[in-house]
Amino acid sequence: MAPDSQTETQPGSLNATEMLQWAWRQLTSMRTAVQLLLLLAVAAVPGSLFPQRRANPAVVTQYLEDNPDIGPWMDRFQLFDVYSSAWFSAIYLLLFISLIGCVIPRAGVYWKHMRARPPRTPRRLSRMPEHGTLSLPAQTAMTPASAVEDASGLLRRRGYRVQVQDEDTDTPSVAAERGYLKEAGNLLFHVSLIGVLISVAVGGLFGYRGQKLIIEGESFTNTEISYDFFFPGTNYDTDWLAPFSLTLNDFDVSFDRSETNYGNPVDFTAAMTTRENPEAADRIETLRVNEPIGFGGTNVYLIGNGYAPMITVRDGNGNIALQGPVPALPQDPTYNSSIVIKAPDAQPDQLGFVGFFLPTAVVDDNGVAFGSDPDPFNPQLNLNSYYGDLGLDDGTPVNVYQLDTTSLTQLNGRNTPDGGITLGAYQTYDLPEGKGSITFDGLKRYVALDIVYDPGKTGALISTSLALTGLILTLTISRRRVWVRASTHDDGRTLIEYGLLARGKDQGLSKEALSIGAALAAQWSNTLHPANQPQQEGSKQ
Amino acid sequence: MTPVNPLLGDYSELFMLLAALTYTIAFLAFTIDLMRAKTIPPEPADVEESSEQSNRSRLPAQVGAGVEWSHSGTSPRGGSQGNAGTGAAGSSGMGYEPLRRPAARIGVAVSAIGLLIHLTGVLTRGIAAGRVPWGNMYEFVTTGALMVMAVFLICLIFRDLRFLGTLITGLVLVMLMAGAIAYPTPVAQLIPALQSYWLIIHVSIAVLASAIFTLTFCLSVLQLIKTRQERAGRPSSSGVMRLIPSAKALDQLAYRLNGIGFIFWTFTLMAGAIWAEAAWGRYWGWDTKEVWTFVIWVLYAGYLHARATRGWEGSRAAWLSITGYLCVVFNFTIVNMYFAGLHSYSGL
Repeated sequence: MAPDSQTETQPGSLNATEMLQWAWRQLTSMRTAVQLLLLLAVAAVPGSLFPQRRANPAVVTQYLEDNPDIGPWMDRFQLFDVYSSAWFSAIYLLLFISLIGCVIPRAGVYWKHMRARPPRTPRRLSRMPEHGTLSLPAQTAMTPASAVEDASGLLRRRGYRVQVQDEDTDTPSVAAERGYLKEAGNLLFHVSLIGVLISVAVGGLFGYRGQKLIIEGESFTNTEISYDFFFPGTNYDTDWLAPFSLTLNDFDVSFDRSETNYGNPVDFTAAMTTRENPEAADRIETLRVNEPIGFGGTNVYLIGNGYAPMITVRDGNGNIALQGPVPALPQDPTYNSSIVIKAPDAQPDQLGFVGFFLPTAVVDDNGVAFGSDPDPFNPQLNLNSYYGDLGLDDGTPVNVYQLDTTSLTQLNGRNTPDGGITLGAYQTYDLPEGKGSITFDGLKRYVALDIVYDPGKTGALISTSLALTGLILTLTISRRRVWVRASTHDDGRTLIEYGLLARGKDQGLSKEALSIGAALAAQWSNTLHPANQPQQEGSKQ
Repeated sequence: MTPVNPLLGDYSELFMLLAALTYTIAFLAFTIDLMRAKTIPPEPADVEESSEQSNRSRLPAQVGAGVEWSHSGTSPRGGSQGNAGTGAAGSSGMGYEPLRRPAARIGVAVSAIGLLIHLTGVLTRGIAAGRVPWGNMYEFVTTGALMVMAVFLICLIFRDLRFLGTLITGLVLVMLMAGAIAYPTPVAQLIPALQSYWLIIHVSIAVLASAIFTLTFCLSVLQLIKTRQERAGRPSSSGVMRLIPSAKALDQLAYRLNGIGFIFWTFTLMAGAIWAEAAWGRYWGWDTKEVWTFVIWVLYAGYLHARATRGWEGSRAAWLSITGYLCVVFNFTIVNMYFAGLHSYSGL
């Protein structure tokens, strides 16, 4: 980023153009960049304090219900959509504009600098922060020109770009510079961040994300209507959906049975039969956490799992109104699950059930059943039952995992005198008032899958890798200039002066200066006393 | 799945306890060293002189055949310009006079022994569980403490940072105690979400970066104290603060270490994103842990920029470095334990 300009004018008596220039200078100044960065850090925090719609829409709805006063105001300030909010976007967009405004001029300067030769040797090297002199005895065959040549060779070996100057004068010198990649790394880092932003945008525009719950034995074909939830990117066309299909043959779960961590999950494995497209052959694949299955660019991830009790509901007329597995949503690590059963086909009244599924039910001292193990050692359903209009007939979409009981009449429940329904495996319960019956026929498992297509992720990976490379370059390389000048003293000795200058703060400069001084001294004492060579090498440090 | 070995786990806890006891001795030694600062006599005069004029006095021995060499440059001593001789060749490298400090020597030696015992504890934990020893809060904090100590002792090879000994051993003790008291977790297999080689890469680098930030946090705190003292014009050679280098030297070292820490933190963020992509189908989803990792990244990015900005260098930058570290601690403790999110692996 551009260093602060020394002469900042105040926007008192400026015309429009100057005003814009002033604003641009302010925006692209380093100080603004620092302030925007801090602002970004602060602005990101609320997203971790309040529930976010993107991650958890249901929790946001609940939060709004629980906080009717402040909730809507928070919503107005987009505190439930922090990362797509106007204010958060404004901060990062300003930051990126500031970044671009810095990077472009700097890239220009860098381009010129790359092509330029190392700068001319200053007249007084003793003004450099690190400097020194060497003097070579008069009787040697050393001339200023050959000394400069030696120094030039030595600096080149140390990775400097060198330029011999004033070759034909009495005081030839060599100018050397290294660390060009420091600035290149800095630019690469910042440009790569723009790449990350573009990749995220590409994913948001042309990707999609969907969720699907599949019970053992069920199949899924990748079409929009097959999804439980489907979130297409802004420009996503559902014609692009990859034509794959998959079947969940079996879902295997194992829990830790060691004494100390009893009941912790240790393995989830879904055995799948997949088909790349309708014409392709069946493949047997294993889906596990951290190991998605890929279909072209679309990946299928194992996100969650649970139990789906097999239920049969008979209505008041004795007909089967519902038969099959009903997914229950786990509420805790022992798979205590909430379950909603809806039988809209029941006659004369529609039937609904709300309650819990416990894989291993244990009754506590107060007579309340609770789940004690994630494996189904004593599966039990605890339900309240309702009859009336389930509200499914008018076509408005309704959450299958919730039952709105406001317009229903309760048949029984935990709070009614005769208690709620408690069903063990294979048991049947006859509803009061001859409304029908419910049977717990068996148990299946289901998996919750996320299916994602993100065309931006490769770009994001490449961009972040480049950013990291740039960061390493810019933070580890030092930019240094070295000048060495030689002259002949009146008494015939060859005098060598050197000076070092760093760009920016450079703690290692003094070490480098000593090292170069020592290397020069060693080289020339070797030339003068070749026999010393082996030990002198060591003094180079 | 290899079964866990609870007996070896018990031994691991014993080693952790022994390591903590050893560090306690080191902590006391480092503290005595600081308390005695006023009374420690300077090194004998000849040593003092050789460090003052390290180059001039040593160089003629290196240079033969009548080649003479003299050098002058900036010494890190107090940040002042143009001192004769260069501090880089001085024995401290932090620009303050070397002193005889037997207590500090004991502190370093005992810390090194503590590190070995600690390492044994962490290794046995890993062997007992049949995996890398960083899968829950207890393991993060014990491995993290090991990393802090290791980074500190490695830095000691290059720089005399013994003045940090009290703070570092103190923090490491707090971490080990937190592990034993707040996060005790028996040896266990990994839950499926953590069964990935990215656990090895992502978490180890995160812990390493945090260890480096622990060091820079200490440096920045001392920098602020030292700045206040320097402003007040108190002579630096008095009291406990005598052994602590100038604010400028502390600032420069903190900057270098924060730069390295920032590289590792960037890698942590990247590796985490790659793992998140494999596990959850998206590389970035603003999960609470991701948010705080991002906040920390932005804060340290702000710090790196601040140090090159007029009006933000020095104390302000030091405050940013401190804030960044407090966020690292917050991210590890509060976010892991109390914030709902996908990274709920605390094992509590």
